[in-house]
Amino acid sequence: MRGQKIVATDYKTLTINGLWKNNPALVQLLGLCPLLAVTASVVNALSLGIASMLVLIGSNFAVSAFRHLIPNAVRLPIYVMIIAALVTSIELLMQALTYELYLILGIFIPLIVTNCIIMGRAEAFAAKNTISAALYDGFIMGLGFTIVLVLLGAIRETLGSGTLFADMHLLFGPIASTWKIVIIDDYVGFLFAILPPGAFVGLGLLIALKNLFDQRIDKKTGKTSTNQVLRLETSNDI
Amino acid sequence: MPHIRISSPHVQRPTKTADIMRLVIIATLPGLFGMTFFFGWGTLINVVLASVMAISLEAICIKLRRRPVLFYVRDNSALLTAILLALALPPFAPWWVTATAVFVAIVIAKQIYGGLGQNPFNPAMVGYALVLISFPVEMTRWTAPFDLNGNTWEVLGFADTLTVIFGSWQEIIQAHPYIDSFTSATPLDTLKHRNGLTVEEVWQSSEVMANVGAWYAVSLCYFVGGIFLIYRKIYTWHAPLTLLITLALISAIFFAIDPDNYADPLIHLTTGATMLGAFFIVTDPVSSATSNRGKVVFAAGIAILVYIVRTWGNYPDALAFAVMLMNLCAPFIDQYTQPRSYGYKKPNSGQPSKENHS
Repeated sequence: MRGQKIVATDYKTLTINGLWKNNPALVQLLGLCPLLAVTASVVNALSLGIASMLVLIGSNFAVSAFRHLIPNAVRLPIYVMIIAALVTSIELLMQALTYELYLILGIFIPLIVTNCIIMGRAEAFAAKNTISAALYDGFIMGLGFTIVLVLLGAIRETLGSGTLFADMHLLFGPIASTWKIVIIDDYVGFLFAILPPGAFVGLGLLIALKNLFDQRIDKKTGKTSTNQVLRLETSNDI
Repeated sequence: MPHIRISSPHVQRPTKTADIMRLVIIATLPGLFGMTFFFGWGTLINVVLASVMAISLEAICIKLRRRPVLFYVRDNSALLTAILLALALPPFAPWWVTATAVFVAIVIAKQIYGGLGQNPFNPAMVGYALVLISFPVEMTRWTAPFDLNGNTWEVLGFADTLTVIFGSWQEIIQAHPYIDSFTSATPLDTLKHRNGLTVEEVWQSSEVMANVGAWYAVSLCYFVGGIFLIYRKIYTWHAPLTLLITLALISAIFFAIDPDNYADPLIHLTTGATMLGAFFIVTDPVSSATSNRGKVVFAAGIAILVYIVRTWGNYPDALAFAVMLMNLCAPFIDQYTQPRSYGYKKPNSGQPSKENHS
């Protein structure tokens, strides 16, 4: 039966999983489409990360709250409808509050619906856990995703256009217009970093870096626990 | 590893990778000489810069991978990659373009994949394609060739070329106010952007096309180097010849149909990267197809892609893109072009079969 198996409600484990061990972008490799498409600058990455995080928190909450009412056979369409409703709200909010950003991110806001992280967490975690745990999981998974997005955005913005935090006023209003840091003056621009292939290479290097850290940690502690990748459970009760 | 199968007896000195690489490097010398003679010191400076960088980066990577440094650096493969890359780059490319290309070629395209023999793509072409996409303006810094007939154009001197590559081109303009330009379009570029003229009219009006003889000569240099390598049995004739014949055939067909809009086969064969690609890039034993039939398919695919992009694409030349796309197909081609093994009636078709044995 669904709803009985407790996966992990220990908040410390949830935190470690979301941010490091089972990071949606670096380990699960989910949500790669927006991850690769919009991380050309920090502001784009941060806004899409926040939008995804809000949807994730909302969908985890709704799925967890209704987990005893949702029939197993049609659970996926129901999750999709919940997620789609939330994404529509976020999209309308962004249209109202940050219109320019809404235009820049374009198709990638509605595409949050198809982001595998949100569906994955609904199926793997929220459907089996209490509301508070699901809320926290949504937050921490969203945070893990956002951190990687911003990191990749920062690397690509620095390499690609020689700046950091450009156009932050689109997200934070006029106070943020002075946040732009010009790292290299008269930078010619490295187009490869801005284009999607640069995102692939950047993400690959980030994953390699994470694995390197894991190896170091393992060596120090003498454990090999990090090599056991936690996998998403995509179905239950077969 | 000569790629020509010879029947027994096989009593020979084993050929080392380093020897093959050295022979290929020697074969690039006529091309290097031709480029330096017609287009100035830029190519030579680029070759030196790229070689020093490639060997240092290779050594660092091998050190990081905890392999014997000297053993691997001595195989000359990094040096060859650097030379081919430098020959492909425009003579006046700034130093950081060359540096980026070499870094990507050696570190990303070769060492991250596991070093020589493990790279799915031709490292030199990966480096070239990356800088071509990233720095479109700098990658147009071709120069007009040294004029064979008159004194209407002189290539920049050695010191001035150094300034262009390591400093900025504005300094040259300030130092020599009479210079109004030192870069020039390539013939393929000229024929691509004709501004409504027919090919014939471009031939008559363009200064670039008047100096096309220099491009022919450089291609001839590469051709001589390639013939030398075939003579020394470094590779077979299959890949280079197929590429040249296929490209000539396609361009001849289109030229015959509509000579106003399509360049003639000679232009396709002797300007741009065709000769360098046919004899030094397509013949890369690591990233190309393996069997003779496979090489034919591989090279024909490259020729078709080159013609398509040159004629209807956005870039004037396309050898790097074509080679990389066909590199992707090489394992697939290998699968379907396996030669017949001794004792079998038919070659392995690539599909699982029940009774193939004689």
